[in-house]
Amino acid sequence: MMDLLWTQAVFWALVGIALLVIGLYALIVHAHLLRKVLALNIMSSGVFVLFIALARRAPREAAGGADAPAQVVPAPPDPVPQAMVLTGIVVAVAATGLLLALIVRLRSVAGRTTLDNRADD
Amino acid sequence: MRWDPGGLDWTLAVVFLPLAGALLCFLVPRRAAPVGLGAAVLTAAATFGLTLAVLADGVQRTALGGWAAPLGILWRADELSVALMAMTATVGVAVSFYAGAYFRDEHTERAFFWPLWLLLWMALNALFLSADLFNLYVTLELVGFAAASLTALGGNAAALAGAVRYLMVSVLGSLSYLLGVALVYHACGTVDITLAATRMGDAPGAAMHAATGAIIAGLLLKTALFPLHFWLPPAHGSAPAPVSALLSALVIKASFYLLLRLWLDMLGGGRWLAELLGVLGAAAVIWGSLLALRQTRLKLLIAYSTVAQVGYLFIAFPLSLAGNGAAWTGALYLALAHGLAKAAMFMSAGSLIRFGGHDRFAELDRPVPRLPLTLTAFTLAGVSIMGLPPSGGFIGKWLLLESAFRQGRYGLAAVVLLGGVLAAAYVFKVVGHAFTPGPREHRGLRVPAVMEWSALLLAVGAILLGLGLPLLRPLLQVGPESSGAGSAAAVGAWG
Repeated sequence: MMDLLWTQAVFWALVGIALLVIGLYALIVHAHLLRKVLALNIMSSGVFVLFIALARRAPREAAGGADAPAQVVPAPPDPVPQAMVLTGIVVAVAATGLLLALIVRLRSVAGRTTLDNRADD
Repeated sequence: MRWDPGGLDWTLAVVFLPLAGALLCFLVPRRAAPVGLGAAVLTAAATFGLTLAVLADGVQRTALGGWAAPLGILWRADELSVALMAMTATVGVAVSFYAGAYFRDEHTERAFFWPLWLLLWMALNALFLSADLFNLYVTLELVGFAAASLTALGGNAAALAGAVRYLMVSVLGSLSYLLGVALVYHACGTVDITLAATRMGDAPGAAMHAATGAIIAGLLLKTALFPLHFWLPPAHGSAPAPVSALLSALVIKASFYLLLRLWLDMLGGGRWLAELLGVLGAAAVIWGSLLALRQTRLKLLIAYSTVAQVGYLFIAFPLSLAGNGAAWTGALYLALAHGLAKAAMFMSAGSLIRFGGHDRFAELDRPVPRLPLTLTAFTLAGVSIMGLPPSGGFIGKWLLLESAFRQGRYGLAAVVLLGGVLAAAYVFKVVGHAFTPGPREHRGLRVPAVMEWSALLLAVGAILLGLGLPLLRPLLQVGPESSGAGSAAAVGAWG
């Protein structure tokens, strides 16, 4: 039971890291700005999943009674990271909204949805 | 000395005054300029009050809403944060006056500049006050959002593309930082900086090493240390001049402050990490200066100069390993002097653009006889950037050099000196062209006197900063062993 819970936490942490890496890869490879925004969102999901996975507390052994053997009870997860992730989601939504607004504006002004590679203009 | 009339809390005032001003400007866009200017002056006054309170009574703490630290949000104003808030206020007031004249005839830009700039100021002050890692993340994002929106203010394609790139980099940097915060919380069970440092103990585990890496990488991206500087020149070069001044002078310093604060109080990264930062800083000084020399547009030249100046701040990291806090004091001095000088430079560039209609400085027709104040401001700011006495830049470089020689780090000392020579080259390149007639004679447009004077006063401030060393020393003593022997020697050398 205890091993299983820990394995689950490690599994979700690995999922978070995988999302992070996939997002970073997409952010670098894709030129289209909408894809970059999606990549950033995948990355932030990765961080959030990792944050939540790390919040899981190790289960503790509960003292058993006279006839019941000692058993492992799962500890409730730490609420603080969950509050932080909620704030993080709000921030991510705000960032996405601002980025999309800027991109729409860029498209109507310049007619393109990519960044120029030339940095000097 | 009590500067506390009627139980007024200065730490609350420096954050909520600009916030209230921003909301008011947003509600009455027609009156945005006078309202914004009023809020700016009040915020600066509150910052002054907070500085005096910290100097008199030491560290100021405020628990927001009366909730204590582990559960609630704690604000903490110490010498380091007050020094940066004071610089923000000085630059902020000058830029506010400048912007009032700069945006006088542009109604949309004026209506959006004031709320965004005051929000940026609020976020900066909140960042300098925050004492826990997660609150710092939120303020870091607020700074990034406000700064990116300000970058887009010009509304043309270059400004929008610069803003998009800037915002993406900013969000990426914050995500990396947040990843580090998650790992710190996992390792220490808290996000309070001081508490995390004590719980971490002397032997940080693997999670803390990963956290250090993630936090530092994210903040380096936001501070634009070479080779992560690619986003800075397009963003700073394409924004309107007052915005460029704010971005280069203040926003860059916010992430540097955070890096320095965490390095000193919590991470205390290992030797190899400090050496790596030093090497990147040295590379930034050389590379940024060389690219600045190659620019033909004034604002891009100034932006690349920022890349170089950021490098200096990181040269202090390896120098601080052995010995006293003189290297830190030097880096902070450079940060403050750069804030004033770089804002003055961008403001002068804005006046030149207003005068000539563009910023290809080789083609400007005799600006010196027609805009003497602006060119004086640019040159005085350049003196501080080069590090000539008696400017603030000189003191900062002197402290770095002294620290480098004392430890026998001649390579770093050579980079500091070479950077000064290259800075002289690119400043004089601009000043030289300013005396000569352009290829075509043109009538310059009139530049409002406020724009010229605010830049000049800021540049004079950068020079005077060098004379204020005895006054500022108590604010700039950081580091665990800030015995101050080195800086005392520097004072004696020419004080």
